[in-house]
Amino acid sequence: MAFHSNESLKLITMLKIENLHARVEGREILKGLSLTVNAGEVHAIMGPNGAGKSTLGNVLSGREGYEVTAGTVTYNGIDLLALEPEARAAAGVFLAFQYPVEIPGVNNTYFLRAAFNAQRKGRGEKELDSMQFLKLVREKLKVMQISDELLHRAVNEGFSGGEKKRNEIFQMAVLEPQLAILDETDSGLDIDALKQVAQGVNALRSPERAFLMITHYQRLLDYVVPDFVHVLADGRIVESGDKSLALKLEEHGYVGIGEGAPA
Amino acid sequence: MNQSAPLPLVESLLDAQLPGSGIAWLDAARRENREAFASGGLPDTRVEAWKYTALRALAQRSFASGDSQAQTRVVDAAPLTLPGIDGPRLVFVNGVFRADLSALDSLQDGLTLEPLSLALRGDAEPLRFALSRHYRETGDAFARINAASAGDGLVLRVAAKTIVAVPVQLVFVGASAESALAWHARNVIELGEDAELTLVEQHVASGEQAHLATLVSDIELREGARLHHIILQNAAIGASLVRRSSLRLHGRAHAKVHVLELGGALVRHDLRAELVGDGAQLDTRGVFMPHGRQHIDTQLAIRHQALNTTSSSNWRGVANDRARGVFRGAIVVAPGADGSDASLSNKNLLLSPSAEIDTKPELEIYADEVKAAHGATVGQLDERSLFYLRSRGIPQAEARALLTAAFCRAVLDDLPNETLREHLSTLLIAHLPT
Repeated sequence: MAFHSNESLKLITMLKIENLHARVEGREILKGLSLTVNAGEVHAIMGPNGAGKSTLGNVLSGREGYEVTAGTVTYNGIDLLALEPEARAAAGVFLAFQYPVEIPGVNNTYFLRAAFNAQRKGRGEKELDSMQFLKLVREKLKVMQISDELLHRAVNEGFSGGEKKRNEIFQMAVLEPQLAILDETDSGLDIDALKQVAQGVNALRSPERAFLMITHYQRLLDYVVPDFVHVLADGRIVESGDKSLALKLEEHGYVGIGEGAPA
Repeated sequence: MNQSAPLPLVESLLDAQLPGSGIAWLDAARRENREAFASGGLPDTRVEAWKYTALRALAQRSFASGDSQAQTRVVDAAPLTLPGIDGPRLVFVNGVFRADLSALDSLQDGLTLEPLSLALRGDAEPLRFALSRHYRETGDAFARINAASAGDGLVLRVAAKTIVAVPVQLVFVGASAESALAWHARNVIELGEDAELTLVEQHVASGEQAHLATLVSDIELREGARLHHIILQNAAIGASLVRRSSLRLHGRAHAKVHVLELGGALVRHDLRAELVGDGAQLDTRGVFMPHGRQHIDTQLAIRHQALNTTSSSNWRGVANDRARGVFRGAIVVAPGADGSDASLSNKNLLLSPSAEIDTKPELEIYADEVKAAHGATVGQLDERSLFYLRSRGIPQAEARALLTAAFCRAVLDDLPNETLREHLSTLLIAHLPT
């Protein structure tokens, strides 16, 4: 399974973030963040609380209330920031939420089919009927090792923390995004749930797909081995390296990281 | 309102000839109610029950009385049928019974079903109590004019211990006519001891019109009787519709009422229930969804008057554009109704900044060991949920519709007829803004 695009002959740039500045409620959170992600790569974004990790995920997925004041985000050659959230999803961007939302009264399968077909429609592809869709979903359930009982319930309603996170990964498996952003998907999970989530992510790794894993802890990276690790502090990437950087952080914490990094 | 010159509405309604019956007590009751309407006029917004529903505009309009051509009007057949409902059917066009559109053959033993116009030609004595009622307050203006003028409607009786196997369907069609009409219908419904019935009441439109219709239903449930009453109001967008449903529940009787208010320009529904026998139980569920410039007002009034009576009410309102929704839920637990349990919830969604919903839950308790809960909220769609759906690729308008439908569907969940439930759910979604 281990695939490293940096060993391949040609790198295809998927996401290029340049000098990104963003404000939330009038407060500047991202202060000149730059990052390039190529197809097939897994990038881990680590950093202390308040560094801007979740803001990055929210800005990339188009959440309201996040104001970009400078910089650009180019995704597959297009200006990502100009797109509505639903158009970003149709273009292949997926955000696994740190706190997945409970939606009473909306059946999980119905929701997922509506999303799946809306994305296909957005791309000018044919929609699947409920039988075709159910077949697809059953295959994905097997891969993700999720019980089909989850399908019959309302979206995330009454789900445990672990079930919610697994449901995010399951949605990702069905929607097959090109760029998956995992916002602290590991937080609040016990070791078994973490392994299941990691297994789900690993099953989806492919040369065409890139991952941005936002995490506070190194723990997840034991199970989903990243190609690159970046340290985000005070709204900027202050240090980048390979997976050994995560281990160094685990040992020494965030203190002293990024000193001498380019401004 | 009644001090100054007579209002065009009052004048035009009084213009109507009373339907002659030749039954002395009935003619007297009609005359008295007519006089009460003439002298009392219309309630203004100082009357608590009409606080949020001003009749000023309606009061300036005139309506032709009744429809002399109701028997022959061609009406759309489509809204007369409902998926999942296939039983006896009574159809009234502009308030007049239409045998040709109804289905009353092969009625089950123990079920009596006939139009009021026909019932009054036979032995009218069993109707005496319901039809000789006097309405005491100005707030009852429409009930008064209805009592004076209604010549048709439904008379339904279920004999003791009779379980009516199929739902009975009652359809009121507002059909377009040469001018705006006023028509009045009256239902008298009684379920005998341990009898069981499902009644589906529909208000539908055939063509555009701006009629004024009033409907008064008296529903009596004897000991142990069970009624499921489903009301689907989808009247013409220009129609005014004022309804009153009064239920009386004797011991162990159980009434379940589902209401869907979708159509009409000015709609008012007074849903009143008296739980007069020990252990009586009432469940009400409803959705009102005004849009455009619609005004939909529901006044729910429940009186617990006996031991260990239970009521649960769950209502949802969704207002869009410049529409207005009104909900008042007044529950009284009277002295002696010890051990009663009353709950009332009314949650509302405003989909537009110009829409308005006024909600007022009221609870008065005069008994002991009572369990009671009530609450009302008015809010907007949850932004977090909306973003969650959009982030998965569902376009904004579709996401809003999905969340709104889910919000409303909660009150349809305990509708046992799945085909009908799906149909009502589809109607709800069709009614949502796109």
